[in-house]
Amino acid sequence: MPLSRPTRSVLVAFAVGAVSLSPAQADEFSQEDLKRWEGQFMDVVKQGRELWTKALGANGVSCAQCHPNAANTHPETYPKFQKQLGKVALVADMINWCIRNPAEGQPMALDDPRMVAIQAYINYERRGVPMAPGKH
Amino acid sequence: MSARISRREFLKGAGALAAIGSLPISLVELAFADSAENFTFAHISDSHIQHIKGTEFVRNWDRGLIRAVAEANLLTPKPDFIVYGGDLAQLGSKPELDHGAEIMAALSGKVHYVMGEHDYYLDLGKYWEQLFGPQYYSFDHKGVHFVVLNSILTYDDWTHNRWPTPEQRMLEMAGLDNPNGSPFMVGEKQRQWLKEDLQKIDKDTPLVVFSHSPIQKIYKGWNFWTEDAEQVQALLKPFKKVTVIYGHVHQIQYNQIGNISFHAVMGTAWPWPYPSTYAQVEQHLPKLTVPMNRADPFFERDATGWQFINVATGNVDLRYNLYNNTNRAVSFNSKSGRPEDTLYQPAENRIPPQVHF
Repeated sequence: MPLSRPTRSVLVAFAVGAVSLSPAQADEFSQEDLKRWEGQFMDVVKQGRELWTKALGANGVSCAQCHPNAANTHPETYPKFQKQLGKVALVADMINWCIRNPAEGQPMALDDPRMVAIQAYINYERRGVPMAPGKH
Repeated sequence: MSARISRREFLKGAGALAAIGSLPISLVELAFADSAENFTFAHISDSHIQHIKGTEFVRNWDRGLIRAVAEANLLTPKPDFIVYGGDLAQLGSKPELDHGAEIMAALSGKVHYVMGEHDYYLDLGKYWEQLFGPQYYSFDHKGVHFVVLNSILTYDDWTHNRWPTPEQRMLEMAGLDNPNGSPFMVGEKQRQWLKEDLQKIDKDTPLVVFSHSPIQKIYKGWNFWTEDAEQVQALLKPFKKVTVIYGHVHQIQYNQIGNISFHAVMGTAWPWPYPSTYAQVEQHLPKLTVPMNRADPFFERDATGWQFINVATGNVDLRYNLYNNTNRAVSFNSKSGRPEDTLYQPAENRIPPQVHF
């Protein structure tokens, strides 16, 4: 059934209004958005760096003591086979291994915000290095 | 006796060898190559004894030092002396230095101590001096002149004016990768002392210098660095045979700059990554160095160890005793005029774990 002219006008006006009132479309983001998202990410990197230099376990030992600037953590090589674990492991598994053993602490849940922050930090220190999953 | 002490005069003073003192110097040179004059010493470093609370210390770091002491005591023939290369403590506290000294007390033989930044920046070495003696000094042994430097000093402003408490100063310097740290240096006062000390020594006398930081510039961000390295090297340049042995880096490094051979020693506590593995920076690891094997974290003591050092020719052969790995030896090659790994120096001999990335 054809709509009357006034009804069509109302629908068009509604559609225009919906576009102008809603957030950006899925594929649209501005320089401001990029800046804001980078800020969010760098805040988490900073939290990761703070955790890196603090005791995460019971004995006062920090990650940075053995891994200055997160060197020798090789996040770009994970997942990879760890012969001592007998399986392909995540970098998070190795972070928890280090928290349990040298740092004598309790492992974190994989979605613990601290685990996210630590991974953000070690990946950031490794930026620019090509992905090399499985590499030893 | 003149102020200049040559090896000849030193030997003349050595009682049992008095007869040799009257022989021409060339024969005394031979005498030094004689097995009776060869000697070895042990070198232990970077134990980072870390206090938790009360009588608790980080077990892992304790074990590294306890093992080095036990193994050094088993050496045959016994080393003439032992050098401790610095960073006995983690945060320079009395409990840490006392506990470290207690473990070291089990060593048989004279120990010469070198100051590390982890020993120093809490009280500027005061308690360490009470336990171990002066922060820099020299001594002579079987015709070799040994110098111990405190190479972990820094700018006065950083040391004296920057931090509200000594504890914070210590913490800031203790973080290897802390951007609030400050570059290590020997400093003008000590360089003047070194200049005067070396004036008394014949230029043919083999010279061995112990420092905590490398007296060469490798990577400033982690203080694999001495700010006045070139000025110190200039003072060592007139000597024919010079070796610098340093701690701090917890890894195998060696280099040759002019007449000076450089060797780093292992930590007993933990290994450090090579600065080449930090992807964001420029660094200058000596090209000559064949790296130690990458550490396997599943072996608690892997990539840690201690050294015994053979002084037969006036240059040094440095033997790395590696706890969970094949031992390594880096010897002075008189043909190439530089230290070389006795097994792994040729590229085709190297193994995959020596590739760091």
